[in-house]
Amino acid sequence: MAGRLPWVLVVPAVAGLVFLVLPLAGLLVRAPWATLPERLTEPQVLEALRLSLVCATVATAVCLLLGVPLAWLLARVSFPGRRLVRALVTVPLVLPPVVGGVALLLVLGRRGLVGEWLESTFGVTLPFTTLGVVVAEAFVAMPFLVISVEGALRAADRRYEEAAATLGAGRWTVFRRVTLPLIMPGVVAGAVLCWARALGEFGATITFAGNFPGTTRTMPLAVYLALETDPEAAIVLSLVLLAVSVVVLASLRDRWVAAP
Amino acid sequence: MGGRAVTLDAHLVVTRPAFTLDIALRVAPGEVVALLGPNGAGKTTALRALAGLVTMSAGRIDLDGRPLHTLPAEGRPIGMVFQDYLLFPHLSALDNVAFGPRCRGVPKAEARRVAAGLLDRVGLADHAAAKPRRLSGGQAQRVALARALAVRPRLLLLDEPLAALDAHTRLEVRAGLRRHLAEFDGATVLVTHDPLDAMVLADRLVVVEQGAIVQQGTPAEVARRPRTDYVARLVGLNLYRGVADGPRVKVGELLMSTANPVEGPAFVAFPPSAVALYRSRPDGSPRNVWRARVEGVERHGDNVRVHLDGPIPAFADITPAAVADLDLTPGRTVWASVKATETQAYPT
Repeated sequence: MAGRLPWVLVVPAVAGLVFLVLPLAGLLVRAPWATLPERLTEPQVLEALRLSLVCATVATAVCLLLGVPLAWLLARVSFPGRRLVRALVTVPLVLPPVVGGVALLLVLGRRGLVGEWLESTFGVTLPFTTLGVVVAEAFVAMPFLVISVEGALRAADRRYEEAAATLGAGRWTVFRRVTLPLIMPGVVAGAVLCWARALGEFGATITFAGNFPGTTRTMPLAVYLALETDPEAAIVLSLVLLAVSVVVLASLRDRWVAAP
Repeated sequence: MGGRAVTLDAHLVVTRPAFTLDIALRVAPGEVVALLGPNGAGKTTALRALAGLVTMSAGRIDLDGRPLHTLPAEGRPIGMVFQDYLLFPHLSALDNVAFGPRCRGVPKAEARRVAAGLLDRVGLADHAAAKPRRLSGGQAQRVALARALAVRPRLLLLDEPLAALDAHTRLEVRAGLRRHLAEFDGATVLVTHDPLDAMVLADRLVVVEQGAIVQQGTPAEVARRPRTDYVARLVGLNLYRGVADGPRVKVGELLMSTANPVEGPAFVAFPPSAVALYRSRPDGSPRNVWRARVEGVERHGDNVRVHLDGPIPAFADITPAAVADLDLTPGRTVWASVKATETQAYPT
């Protein structure tokens, strides 16, 4: 492919790259490297980081538990209204997270349709609790997982499932012992996307779960808050989030996400 | 394997838009039946119907006198070898073979012992731990066979079992497969479009074209007396349909003398190697002689296959030397002759 590169493509490409990379570089340039170690070990930072990691991980687990079967249903079982269901599943993907938070409040809030019943029957309150953070993150992040897993299911060779059936495997055994291992790269990729989305969740969390240090103040909320009072702290917190994301993506990429 | 008698008695009907499969199939215990036919004839559909992987529109399947068609695929006592084997890529050869017994409730250790025994039988004991992608085509085929046999099926189904192999491996694997099929005492149905595979592996051939059976019989019968152009091409014979009156059959404009007398509508068949070509009309001995035009010439093994047009279209196999002597170029007119003793006639 010799010949001159067309500048109509190269110039916007380079501009796009600069646009994506420059802000991250800025973050690194302006970071208070000298005071970084003591800043990082401040209790509020550690607390927010721990809360963020725990909530994002639990939310991802919830998404896996509910989202993989949902993806299987959409990919493998034909039922009336399947296209509509698939469209509904992707709504949280395009919905402004704040709207998602409001919707969650209306349904799961203390006076909400389901929330009132949850509280009177089980004594469980979701809004403005750590559990609420998990709910808000799962709501926003689950479509990423469902779409990724459904794509993997559609791409998987269904004849392996037929081969398993001729060997006497029922549908659950086929799913557990053949389908799931075959689509595992897709599941892991979906879970990583889901986890990253949950980790960065802001709008739905602050609307539904509020902003209480130690219980619902996750890293993104802490960053936003610190920006008004202590910009250096905001930079430090942002750096931590950036580092966590990069480390997780890089470590998973080699093992799972890369094409075989 | 136990010595219980099995018989497959099936009438398979699968209706699709623009295609209907409708065939009756009986297989005796220990018998190997090959479904032979061109692509799209419905052979694989028939096999999948037996396995329960496609829904039948009508008909029934009895195995051992018990209905099979009412059971889902996972409930049928079958073993199936797929065309590209479909070994589970995430399991070792051993666990692939142990998969079936595990699904049927055999404890893990016992299932693995059964699997190890079968791998040993197909000569792959030292590849038990290998993942499928590390196996050669021939090895994968044998693992697939072991996996199908591990569930102790009463009906063994093989879909183009040798199609994915190269010519050399094929020869070796074919011989091995033949031995294993001979040891298997259940009913075997195999699908192939390769006449050689069918002849070597099967006790009986069932030729399927466009969803229906057009001919069946032992490999020798089918090879000697083809009943359709497809089968004739497959076994390498020139085949014509005519009307017989004793030792003579009228095929189109040509009256042919044959080795054996028949009456009424009849097939006439002779091998391309029985056709001799001459520049001028030959005489003597009871021969069938006609004027033919050379349509084309192609290599065919050590010989040359000449495509002839004329009162009957025919193939003639002659030596390269004869081609040069006769100056056989397309469009040239020659005399073709076949001895009556080489010409088989049989009723339609």
